[in-house]
Amino acid sequence: MTTARISIPTASSTRSARSRKRPGRLLVPHLFLGALVLYFLVPIWWLVVASTKNVGGLFHGSAGALWFDKTFAFGPNLVDLFTYNDGIYLHWLGNSVFYAVVGGVGATVLSILAGYGFAKFRFRGRRFAFALLLGSVMVPLTALVIPTFVLFTQLNLTDTIWAVILPSLLNPFGVYLMQVYTADAVPDELLDAARVDGAGEFRTFLQVAFPLLRPAFITVLLLSIVGSWNNFFLPLAMLSNTNLFPITVGLGLWEGQASANNGGGHSLWGLIIIGSLISVIPLVIAFLSLQKYWQGGLSIGSLK
Amino acid sequence: MANAPAIATRPSRQRSDTYDSGQRPKRSPERRRATVGWLFIAPFGVVFVVFLVAPLGYALYLSLFSKGLATGTAFTGIDNYVKAFTDPAFLGGVWFVIRFALVLIPVQMAVSLALALVLDAVTSRFARFARLMIFLPYAIPAVIGALMWGFLYSPTFGPLQQLFDLFGGTAPFPLSPDNVFGGLMNVVTWQWAGYYMIIIYAALQGIDPSLYEAARIDGANAWQVAFRIKVPLVSSSLVLILVFALIGTLQFFTEPQILRLVSNGTIGPDFTPNIYAYSQAFAYANFNYASALSFALGIVVFIAVYIFLFATRKRGSFLS
Repeated sequence: MTTARISIPTASSTRSARSRKRPGRLLVPHLFLGALVLYFLVPIWWLVVASTKNVGGLFHGSAGALWFDKTFAFGPNLVDLFTYNDGIYLHWLGNSVFYAVVGGVGATVLSILAGYGFAKFRFRGRRFAFALLLGSVMVPLTALVIPTFVLFTQLNLTDTIWAVILPSLLNPFGVYLMQVYTADAVPDELLDAARVDGAGEFRTFLQVAFPLLRPAFITVLLLSIVGSWNNFFLPLAMLSNTNLFPITVGLGLWEGQASANNGGGHSLWGLIIIGSLISVIPLVIAFLSLQKYWQGGLSIGSLK
Repeated sequence: MANAPAIATRPSRQRSDTYDSGQRPKRSPERRRATVGWLFIAPFGVVFVVFLVAPLGYALYLSLFSKGLATGTAFTGIDNYVKAFTDPAFLGGVWFVIRFALVLIPVQMAVSLALALVLDAVTSRFARFARLMIFLPYAIPAVIGALMWGFLYSPTFGPLQQLFDLFGGTAPFPLSPDNVFGGLMNVVTWQWAGYYMIIIYAALQGIDPSLYEAARIDGANAWQVAFRIKVPLVSSSLVLILVFALIGTLQFFTEPQILRLVSNGTIGPDFTPNIYAYSQAFAYANFNYASALSFALGIVVFIAVYIFLFATRKRGSFLS
């Protein structure tokens, strides 16, 4: 890891010169892009359309799977979703947000501290600790779920929020990203200047280094939040109280009940569809509105 | 680690940090800073030890015992591993994820690299829109991605049968035993290709454009610029993505677990090693054997990734 060169692209400042191509040559790339956009959007389109159908429309709709039915039942579906089983869906959504934010913020804070420690201090055992860290990036985290579950059983921690939050604080790749970024973005001279001026180590970190680390911080934060938000195996193994489920495990539960025809006469398939749609909206909005933050940050991990 | 701190002389009286316990007031700045370095790492270190080292160690410990009906829990050494590596259910799962990784990863890489190169070369408003839309599945949890594709694959809900009705045929079921490989590959590619594309794209945007000018002056065409300049310069991103994809694929769990229920039995409780470990633990309460399976899977993945990184280390990556 000698020369970690990080290049955060600054939008398209220098590249406008390349856009003066003849339009004819751009047709093929645009067709290629168009076809792929279609491929990536079809499932989402299907989800939007299906969420407006009632049970009859879902199974024997008049206009097929990819177009709207005669009856537009989005409103009733929404009401159904938020009232079914005493509004357990809203509970799940709240749990997901809670786990993602607490786990994501916690993991990011630990990562930035450790990354800074690895990048800016020399101490005994540092090389070994960092090698251990890199090795752990290669450990599949799902392989830890069952042992952690057994461990937590003995501590009576299973089926609590801690069973989901605590293990998600572990983000070795986040530490690695922060180390790479810090080594490059924070000049030693700046830290020394702050120390000479009498700032304590923690104050130096907070007031001098941290502002420089903000792009990487946001990237790691987004990656950690998405990781926690998407997590399925860990909460599935840890939780049995349905009130603690995150949305992923909750929808999985409904899927199980629906395919076993166990919904008590209620069409759970419709609920799963609209529940899926509602649950993806927050993150989609977050990504679309924060794109200038995460797009540059994603190139951090790759070294030259 | 080339960036050694260039600190030698510094007035030490200005340092009165609380972590210096005071018993050795003349401690050198280097010594003290060593302690501070550990302090920054400590919070993560605790989590690392408690939630990574301890579970791994505990899994290893548990895996050395077996629970018998008559005997209770007894030390059985490596018996569980002998059992695992002769268990057709486990080996079948391992074989599946290896095959899956060998086919999926090249396809996924090709798609995301092609997309990134096109998006890097084309700067229209539609290209910007396309970039976002292709990335969008990353913001959708794998559970929901799998549910959506399950619906699309379904003969009752999905458009496939309607499409085939036009020609009077019967739609193939993408989760039938013959098709499940492709059916799952499609789900995973849809979910991740956009994310990989963005990583490659970000790296491409970081290349100095004057390189392209120089190449053009030398008479290189667009293809040559793409494959002789751009691809080699983003090879470290490609290695990173490959590692992610490899780790992710070998521990394949969410998508097949979700699609299990709608696969009409194609996806069984031993479809992938992780699903098998999960069923052993939670359907049969066989935690000793499940721990052995988890640990064995962890080792297999670690070795696979290590070999891969070692083979590509010249490209500059983790291990260099």
